[in-house]
Amino acid sequence: MSFDIPEDCYYLETHEWARIDEQAGTARIGISAFAQDELGDIVFVELPEPGDAIEQEADLGVVESIKAVSDLYAPLSGTVTEVNDAVFDEPERLNEDPYGEGWLLELEDIDADETDGLLAPEEYERQIE
Amino acid sequence: MARLRQPPLIDLHTERGASVTSFGGWEMPVEFESIRTEHEAVRESVGKFDVSHMGEIEVRGPDATELVQRLTTNDVAALSPGEGQYSAVTDERGVVLDDTVVYDRPDSEGYLFVPNAGHDEALYERWCTHREEWDLDCTVENATQRYAMSAVQGPESESCLESAADAVPELGRFEIEPMSIAGVECLCSRTGYTGEDGFELLCASDDARAVWDAVDCQPCGLGARDTLRIEQGFLLSGQDFDPESNPRTPYEAGIGFVVDRETEFVGRDALTGATAPEEQFVGIELTERGVPRNGYTIENADGAPIGTVTSGTLSPTLGIPIGLGYVPTADAEPGTEVRVVIRDDRKAGLIRNPPFENASTEQ
Repeated sequence: MSFDIPEDCYYLETHEWARIDEQAGTARIGISAFAQDELGDIVFVELPEPGDAIEQEADLGVVESIKAVSDLYAPLSGTVTEVNDAVFDEPERLNEDPYGEGWLLELEDIDADETDGLLAPEEYERQIE
Repeated sequence: MARLRQPPLIDLHTERGASVTSFGGWEMPVEFESIRTEHEAVRESVGKFDVSHMGEIEVRGPDATELVQRLTTNDVAALSPGEGQYSAVTDERGVVLDDTVVYDRPDSEGYLFVPNAGHDEALYERWCTHREEWDLDCTVENATQRYAMSAVQGPESESCLESAADAVPELGRFEIEPMSIAGVECLCSRTGYTGEDGFELLCASDDARAVWDAVDCQPCGLGARDTLRIEQGFLLSGQDFDPESNPRTPYEAGIGFVVDRETEFVGRDALTGATAPEEQFVGIELTERGVPRNGYTIENADGAPIGTVTSGTLSPTLGIPIGLGYVPTADAEPGTEVRVVIRDDRKAGLIRNPPFENASTEQ
């Protein structure tokens, strides 16, 4: 089975993606198509709140499916500017559109150099093969 | 770790795309499509489960009735050939070792009972030991490897079976009769673990494929089996009770109805004074978002710990978080406010009596 791995994202080994807007200095964060498939029906999401500062690879919250609890980790450091509140009411968005409607949160004040610690799409693809 | 036992159709299931899990010493399909899809199929139409991890023990001979009577809590003598009963196996303390269905075989050839996954060997030993101790004349066979078992469950299960077979026997709940599907001789009982109408089919392991293929409906894994039974408040052996980690009497576990204290069985004397237990098995509905899971602490409204969640999920039918667990009898009244501790957060909930068939509160 092959999974969608958008070219415009970086990936953490723990299956989170970051889509960086370099000009704005912001990044949008979510979980990968592989991750949502492994978890199955996602029923609960717990996330930090706007204003929270987070560190790369630190806890970013929790995603729960019917069968499992999975911790989220931050692909980048930054300050949370926006949380996708829609996923609290409709956690199935993470299953249906993990790189789009199922995004989790947005960060500002990111450090683009931290992408050195992330996987490029082709590297992530090799990891989940 | 010991090698996992496998149901005869494991390769068929994985080729079909099922993910597998280890459960009770068996490698079993946990999910074919998605738990939600499979759960809905069973609630709304029909689904089939490979439940070959369930054990089968056969007891035959002149003293078969006495042996089974003295090792299970229900009244085996009340059964006629072709009838089954839900029952429990208790130890001298009255603690439930396993729950089971005991069938009086339709061919009058003794009894067949169905231990839970991974319990067949211990119960087989228990039956043999007591047969010797009591000097009873009967044979005991652990037939688990010889049988394959599938469950066809849902409101359309009967019509699904009718499409698969020339003739479906007329069966009331817990009745069992022989039946032929795709040329395979099966034992068919009207039983299940989902709360829906349904049937369980026992056939020779080698014939499992023909029977499975003939029953044309959504294949379902252990994931949906779990969410379906939690919605009904049905016990999972080894999780909702366990003689070592969570010893419970049938009265605590909410299955006092399977205890016939007029009969003589191991554990009866201990249970005679235990009919009003200090703790009870209850359902909990959370009124806040979160998923109760095995091991989470239950607190009362004042924040004092009163019990532990044994099973829980997000109910696919109702869309609300539901759990099962034990609380003191004083806190077991439906509507009692409780909290479930999830990762250091207290989530508000209410005691409910399963089955969870509708949401009692607006979410």
